[in-house]
Amino acid sequence: MDLLMPSTGLLFWMTIVFLVVLAVLWKWGFPAITKMVKERKDYIDDSLRKAHEANEKLAHIQQEGESILQEAREKQASILKEATATREAIVAKAQTQAKDEGARLLSDAKAEIENEKRQAIGEIRSQVAELSVKIAEKILREKLSADDKQMDLIDKLLDEVSKDEVKSDIH
Amino acid sequence: MNKIKYITCIVLLLLMALPVSVFASDSGKLNTSQIVVGHIKDSYEWHVTDIGKHHVIINLPVIVKSSTGWHVFSSSLFSEEADAKGYRHGPYNLAIATMGDHTGKIIELQGGKEVVPFDISITKTVAVLFIDAIILLLCILIPARWYRHHKASDPAPGGFTGFVEMLVSYVEENIVKPGVGEGYEKYSPYLMTCFFFILTCNLMGVVPFPPGGGNVTGNIAVTFFLALCTFVITQFSGTKHYWKDIFWPDVPKALKVFPLIPLIEFVGIFTKPFALMIRLFANMMAGHAIALSLTCIIFVVAAIGGATFYGMTALSVLMSIFMMCLELLVCFIQAMVFTMLSSIFIGLARVKSED
Repeated sequence: MDLLMPSTGLLFWMTIVFLVVLAVLWKWGFPAITKMVKERKDYIDDSLRKAHEANEKLAHIQQEGESILQEAREKQASILKEATATREAIVAKAQTQAKDEGARLLSDAKAEIENEKRQAIGEIRSQVAELSVKIAEKILREKLSADDKQMDLIDKLLDEVSKDEVKSDIH
Repeated sequence: MNKIKYITCIVLLLLMALPVSVFASDSGKLNTSQIVVGHIKDSYEWHVTDIGKHHVIINLPVIVKSSTGWHVFSSSLFSEEADAKGYRHGPYNLAIATMGDHTGKIIELQGGKEVVPFDISITKTVAVLFIDAIILLLCILIPARWYRHHKASDPAPGGFTGFVEMLVSYVEENIVKPGVGEGYEKYSPYLMTCFFFILTCNLMGVVPFPPGGGNVTGNIAVTFFLALCTFVITQFSGTKHYWKDIFWPDVPKALKVFPLIPLIEFVGIFTKPFALMIRLFANMMAGHAIALSLTCIIFVVAAIGGATFYGMTALSVLMSIFMMCLELLVCFIQAMVFTMLSSIFIGLARVKSED
């Protein structure tokens, strides 16, 4: 039965010891540990959150980069397209210009040729006339001395010639 | 730090080298119950072992206030043998009674009468209590120092500090927090002190030689004080709702007017910590008693000799090892149960009304 009776001395010392231990551990023991555990937990949570955010940011940056690249590509394509169009326009313009120029040159050449031809014809004609006159002169020198009939023929011929002259003038 | 470790190790090894005690009494007969009860009960000197006929005893100071004032002296001043009346006489008319109402206690002899003086001697249990308290303080304060010198961003500690941290956060997260509920931080130092105090005392009680071997948590005074602390804290944190539930619970009026339920509830206030006290005390005391009894088997059957002796010795050692392992488990479980129930009682006292 005396096992179940708390003894005064032990109770006294137990009170002192336990209260001292409690006070010391309350002040310097457990709060230091639990505080640190809590702080470390917060730190880990914070780090995790930060890592998550960084990951998200990275993904965002990647996405942004891709979109920039895409945009650049599109721009490049449009520029190329524009350049092609410009080139084609230039070529077409040049072609038409060339064609016009060609036509102009051709017409000029034609006009020149016509001119030359006319001049040439004029020259030929004058020469022919001269030659004819000369021939006629020779013939006349030979014949005129002969008789008067031939004089008549010359007149007739001259008439004919002048008639031709008039005809060609009309032409 | 390292020096302390080495010194502790060497001291422990030296103590282990002490020969195993042979609990044979002078007559050659073995008084098993005396050995077991003698260990479980408190005493004024710390009987370590016997080497041959020589008792290895650590004498402890006796502090007594008798009718002649305060006396402090060594327990070695009491005579080793009791006289015919069963008194082991010491100075100042004081004696240790070995029979009668005050068996094992210091009494003052006034004429023929026994008077119990105010006795706060450092008995064996008190000495072990001091040692356990110092060990507990070291076990918590040394890791706590680490925390004061480190930041939260430092790598987590390993080794003993890590182990203590694991225990501390286990107790706080799994025992205190669910038990007390919201606002548990205020109570957690007390509850954790309870846990580690009981755990240290229990584990040191399993160690069979000084500085262990004491029966601290298996002593009713210790568990009484712990239960008293829980009781006081529970009542002081009781909310209005808690008291209303005790004295005016939601039961039919007839049960309240004839105060049956309030009476039961009121008694319940005291039975809860009482159960705490008895549970821890009985578990630890029984553990010590069983461990000692199993060891005693060896010496009981030693008288028989022969094959029985060797067989029983082997069996006893096996059983002792098994009980030792079980005891280690019980040490932890009892500390946990005490803390858990204390936190639940405090948590129940802090209920807020549901509506």
